[in-house]
Amino acid sequence: MALSGLFLCTFLVVHLLGNLQLFQNDGGVAFNLYSAFMANNPLIKTIAYVNYAFILLHIIDGFYLAAQNRKARPQGYAKVDQSKSSSWSSRNMALLGTIILVFLIVHMKSFWFEMKFGNMPVTTIEGQSYKDMYSVVVEAFSQPWYAALYVVSMFAIGFHLYHGFASGFQSLGIRHHRYTPAIQNLGTFLFAILIPALFAAMPVYFCLKNL
Amino acid sequence: MKITLKVWRQQNGKTPGNFNTYTLPDVSEDMSFLEMFDVLNDELIRKGEDPIAFDHDCREGICGMCSMYINGRAHGPLTGTTTCQLHMRHFNDGDTIVVEPWRASAFPIIKDLMVDRSAFDRVIQAGGFISVNTGNAVDANSIPIPKEDADKAFDAAACIGCGACVATCKNASAMLFVSAKVSQLALLPQGQPERHLRVKKMVEVMDEEGFGNCTNTGACEVECPKGISLDHIARMNRDYLVSNIVD
Repeated sequence: MALSGLFLCTFLVVHLLGNLQLFQNDGGVAFNLYSAFMANNPLIKTIAYVNYAFILLHIIDGFYLAAQNRKARPQGYAKVDQSKSSSWSSRNMALLGTIILVFLIVHMKSFWFEMKFGNMPVTTIEGQSYKDMYSVVVEAFSQPWYAALYVVSMFAIGFHLYHGFASGFQSLGIRHHRYTPAIQNLGTFLFAILIPALFAAMPVYFCLKNL
Repeated sequence: MKITLKVWRQQNGKTPGNFNTYTLPDVSEDMSFLEMFDVLNDELIRKGEDPIAFDHDCREGICGMCSMYINGRAHGPLTGTTTCQLHMRHFNDGDTIVVEPWRASAFPIIKDLMVDRSAFDRVIQAGGFISVNTGNAVDANSIPIPKEDADKAFDAAACIGCGACVATCKNASAMLFVSAKVSQLALLPQGQPERHLRVKKMVEVMDEEGFGNCTNTGACEVECPKGISLDHIARMNRDYLVSNIVD
């Protein structure tokens, strides 16, 4: 869980940096060139397959561990008070992960599946024709329900990583009184707050623009 | 103080259990939690009823026998305290207190609040030992050990094996206990010969016994009456990784 999870954290950073080009006010030229590059570059393609493998591994391992943990306590307590001993996120990783999985299916269907197998609109940049991913994204994000789904999902990712990022290091045995607080701060401020907030800003921006 | 107790009663591991409610009209705030149970049991015996079975031994917080999941927390509301050291002054007059046994498939219920924690013994048997030469006892200071290492090993050795970590963990994981037992020897020169074998064996038996997996919620560290740190879990994870790569 730790290795796959931390790999997916690095993926999030790259994914965010690329997609920030949506905010570039050029009618989608930069974003469309970027998405064409991501879809065709052989190195990126290889890393993408590694990424799919890690996503699947993380999901399967997560469900397997959750089932094992359930089996370890077949009869639960009538009264449980864990508010003083652990964070809400840490106790609800499976729930948060499931929300993220549902989001992932919708997300992949909307963009990844359309790009690979769908009937994409085409745009021309400097005489060459490209799949117009930008207009597909803008159209999707302009729908309030779709934007709302994204914002809720980014909260789930934020809470998931609030525990998950630092937890990954602990699982790998990386713990030191000097560095662990820094890892926890990185997890909180970068992975639980900044990254989900910037991702959520994309649908919110296009949704508000369309109003 | 008037205290209402909702206590889990279960004849044995095979029959289903249920909560029984008992009202104690005159509990002294100077009583320990277990003394309150003594008073209640005395009353039950006089009435010809079956007394409540619960584990206890030293009653001074060092043996690890007492358990009880009190109002949703292992060993009750205080931190760094075993049930026997919990006093009734920490509750209010008129309180209703829910008392349950440790719940984990690796800790089957024997009766009422008593569970079988011998899974812990089997984990220790799997690797909690060191090699020593027979013959005369070695001079105590013949092996130099840095003070800091000795302190850390001692902190790990403070584990009394009560099982609060398992009881409080949402996954019923025994990682805090096992990591304390692994760390206590891994930190000292005497523990080095079996270091890799020990961690692998103890983790293997831990899994066989049906404890859950660690998801680093950190609840065990908070509820542990001896304040065993998550540092030990990280050390065990590290040792486990290394021993699987090296051997």
